[in-house]
Amino acid sequence: MMEAFAFYALAALIVGFGVMVIAARNPVHSVVFLVLNFLGIAVMYVVLGAEFLAVIQVLVYAGGIVVLYLFVVMLVTLKRAPEAHQDPHRKTGLGVGLAAAVLAEVIAILVYTSSAAPVLTTAVSAAALKTPALTGNTEQVGWALYTDYLIPFEVASMLLLAAMIGAILFARRAD
Amino acid sequence: MHFVPITPYHYLVLAAALFTLGVIGVMVRRNIIILFMSIELMLNAVNLNFVAFSRLHQHVVGQVFALFVIAVAAAEAAVGLGILLAFYRNKETLNVDDVNLLRG
Repeated sequence: MMEAFAFYALAALIVGFGVMVIAARNPVHSVVFLVLNFLGIAVMYVVLGAEFLAVIQVLVYAGGIVVLYLFVVMLVTLKRAPEAHQDPHRKTGLGVGLAAAVLAEVIAILVYTSSAAPVLTTAVSAAALKTPALTGNTEQVGWALYTDYLIPFEVASMLLLAAMIGAILFARRAD
Repeated sequence: MHFVPITPYHYLVLAAALFTLGVIGVMVRRNIIILFMSIELMLNAVNLNFVAFSRLHQHVVGQVFALFVIAVAAAEAAVGLGILLAFYRNKETLNVDDVNLLRG
């Protein structure tokens, strides 16, 4: 009952702010709606029992990536809005129609293949991991991250380093 | 008021709707910054799926994978916005239809 209420309210917020992101004329408004969308998804993670991921979502997405977008939006000052120039070869209606068809297909697959929908239980149990009894969500994620997924974790750190160097090289003023 | 219990399919349909919003944004908008934001929407839809399945299977690996997706999204945003700034410096526009040269 409580989860159903939270789900429908959050889903309405998430989809509504998502529509606002792609519909807003001003890019700054888009960025603000993107923050609200990410915060809604973070609350959804809490509902799903992934508290650590919710915090990471707020810190990295809403706090880091979106600020990066905001910097770039502020940095570029456009004399002419990109939407002002119309390309006659663009078929916008066809794009929206195809995307709606994909959504209808995915939902149809879900509806027609789910004869008996499994019911969600409360929290991720520590019994699923071959570990000592871990109680918190953060402990479980940390245990999985530093034992079974240690090598992907290190590779992700290398990826972030390479991305940082690449971003500096690209954004540097060529002289 | 009576609610049906929330199943994983509810979360999957929500994620599919969010992903479709991202696809529409990529196809309809011409501002490259909005295109990048639409890609972030799609990545978040994928993360929502991972967490829903993590809950369904009572296993934490879905959340670990969602963390990796967030790391890749951060890398993508940094490099993509760097390319965007270089492009803006060359062409003085953000229209994606004008991105048609391989050299500056």
